Amino acid sequence: MPQTVFAPWDDPNEKPLISFQRVTKRFGEFTAIDDISLDIFAKEFFALLGPSGCGKTTLMRMLAGFETPTEGKILLAGQDIAPVPPNKRAVNMMFQSYALFPHLSVWDNIAFGLRREGKDKGAIETRVNEMLKLTRLEKFKSRKPHQISGGQRQRVALARSLAKAPKLLLLDEPLGALDAKLRQDTQFELMDIQEKTGTTFVIVTHDQEEAMTVASRVAVMDEGKLMQVSTPDRIYETPNSVYVADFIGDVNIIEGRAHQTGDNVQVIWAEGQPPLMAKTQNDYALDQTCWLAIRPEKVAISAERPQAANTVRGKILDIAYLGNLSTYHVELPTGHVIKAQEANTRRIARRHFTWEDEVWLSWTDTAGVLLDR
Amino acid sequence: MRRLTLILVPYLWLLALFLIPFVIVLKISLSDIALSIPPYAPQLDLSAGWQGVKDFFAGLDFENFVFLTTDDLYWKAYLSSLQIAAVSTLLTLLVGFPIAYGMAQAPDEWRPTLMMLVILPFWTSFLIRVYSWIGILSNEGVLNQFLMWTGVIDSPLLILNTKTAVYIGIVYTYLPFMILPIYAALERLDGSLLEAAEDLGCSRTTAFWLVTVPLSKNGVIAGCFLVFIPAVGEFVIPSLLGGSQTLMIGKVLWEEFFSNRDWPVASAVAVILLLILVIPIVLFQRQEQKQREAEG
Repeated sequence: MPQTVFAPWDDPNEKPLISFQRVTKRFGEFTAIDDISLDIFAKEFFALLGPSGCGKTTLMRMLAGFETPTEGKILLAGQDIAPVPPNKRAVNMMFQSYALFPHLSVWDNIAFGLRREGKDKGAIETRVNEMLKLTRLEKFKSRKPHQISGGQRQRVALARSLAKAPKLLLLDEPLGALDAKLRQDTQFELMDIQEKTGTTFVIVTHDQEEAMTVASRVAVMDEGKLMQVSTPDRIYETPNSVYVADFIGDVNIIEGRAHQTGDNVQVIWAEGQPPLMAKTQNDYALDQTCWLAIRPEKVAISAERPQAANTVRGKILDIAYLGNLSTYHVELPTGHVIKAQEANTRRIARRHFTWEDEVWLSWTDTAGVLLDR
Repeated sequence: MRRLTLILVPYLWLLALFLIPFVIVLKISLSDIALSIPPYAPQLDLSAGWQGVKDFFAGLDFENFVFLTTDDLYWKAYLSSLQIAAVSTLLTLLVGFPIAYGMAQAPDEWRPTLMMLVILPFWTSFLIRVYSWIGILSNEGVLNQFLMWTGVIDSPLLILNTKTAVYIGIVYTYLPFMILPIYAALERLDGSLLEAAEDLGCSRTTAFWLVTVPLSKNGVIAGCFLVFIPAVGEFVIPSLLGGSQTLMIGKVLWEEFFSNRDWPVASAVAVILLLILVIPIVLFQRQEQKQREAEG
């Protein structure tokens, strides 16, 4: 049975759950959010990704109600939420520091929001136990926050923010305090819980891998602006700017001048070198400055000159051994350093190349993306 | 060895400045008044050898403690002291908490100044500050003159030489001891906890009662003990501001000692006062211990 792909953002009939409409936020002279328009749909796992200070946390705090936009409107399910105080919003937030109440037990922390709703005891108990089960915290329910580990605290924070069954859950760097291994497990746990509860998640993170792993769509932000909003694979494969290409993953950027014929572009990139070939959907003026972005894993490395659209020769400058992969830094005679990545399918003792080896790098004309900014 | 020396210092300090004086006071409280120098008997006469020691211990008795129960002045004074201390502790808390809260809410760059202002009164002699309250509270004092000038009252309020004046004096004097521990607790309070409370459906007011108040509990308790314990034995404030009707054990003690020159009874009063205060002191220590454990 074919599964329908979850892509409400491609469906023009779909109503967004959250809609930022030309939102600007200024703190005094400083513009934290610069004229952002953005739609987030129900049941999405949406990631706001960017370096610190790019405005992603401000954007989230506006959803929670801790900041109000200077200009523009934010709609939640069609309603302008500007006049709604944080305690009246069907939005809950999981704080970066978790913000667990140190004087309350795990159980009471989770029950905190439910009690404010004035629910009866039985209903609260059922819901809290449900949350404890979901986050596998049953054993720790009577402990205080300082008596449990960081990972457990993270789950308490998640359980507490999910307990009120919010329409929208905001997660502010939720995994920042966890170590790498635990973080990976927790990422999958988060996705699992998101799927089970059907809640819309908006996550703020500066970790691109985390955003790529968990999110259905990623918004890359820089200096208060949205650089690109798309699915993780499109962000990775077809970044719309050098900034996005560079921010997400590893990339080789080669600057040059474009000579276009049809969808083929010759990139004149260095004196006396044959032009690099690339395909594009866009139109470039003659000699327009452009940037060719190629991911290292799409660059092949070989001893003999292979048959390919683009081949360049260089010397191995450095090898980064990552266990499953090796990244070769190859210096071209022009001074460019190109990274090529290869899976280590053989044992390290039988590796082909070593430092100072002369090698050929090659890639097809569709491997790279041609960018105009 | 080094560790032993380090531990020894505070213990020697306690021995020399607390335990030995206490044993001396205890001994005097068990002695009888005598017309001699010092004005009590028996004295330990070591030249008489073993017999001297025996005579000395035979001369000690609980007579003075029994005497304290025969005159209702004493237990009334103890009760009144406890009551005045309790009321003034509560008043100090009511005044001190909002000040500490305001300080903790103030912008970072103001805090050292505000802290300075709280500590500043200590730079003037305590006695001078209490005397100046006489000038403020007396019938012809600044306060009454001001109130009459504004027309709020027609005849001067009788404040000086009443319990009210004692309360004002104690609240004023001990306020920093209440503010500082509460401020320390509030300053440490993570602002995101209040945001989390709001996010989970609390109004600002309920967030204050459910988060701020419980988390400043330790500071409040510490502040209350720091005010209550010295206030029970307070002597200067009731004797300068409270007049003759205000009965406090510190004053009784002073009179027994200096006016009656009855050192043994005065010592008995002091010993009982200490025993009464041991209870809150132990409670205070326990609370501190618990807090350290919770934080560690």
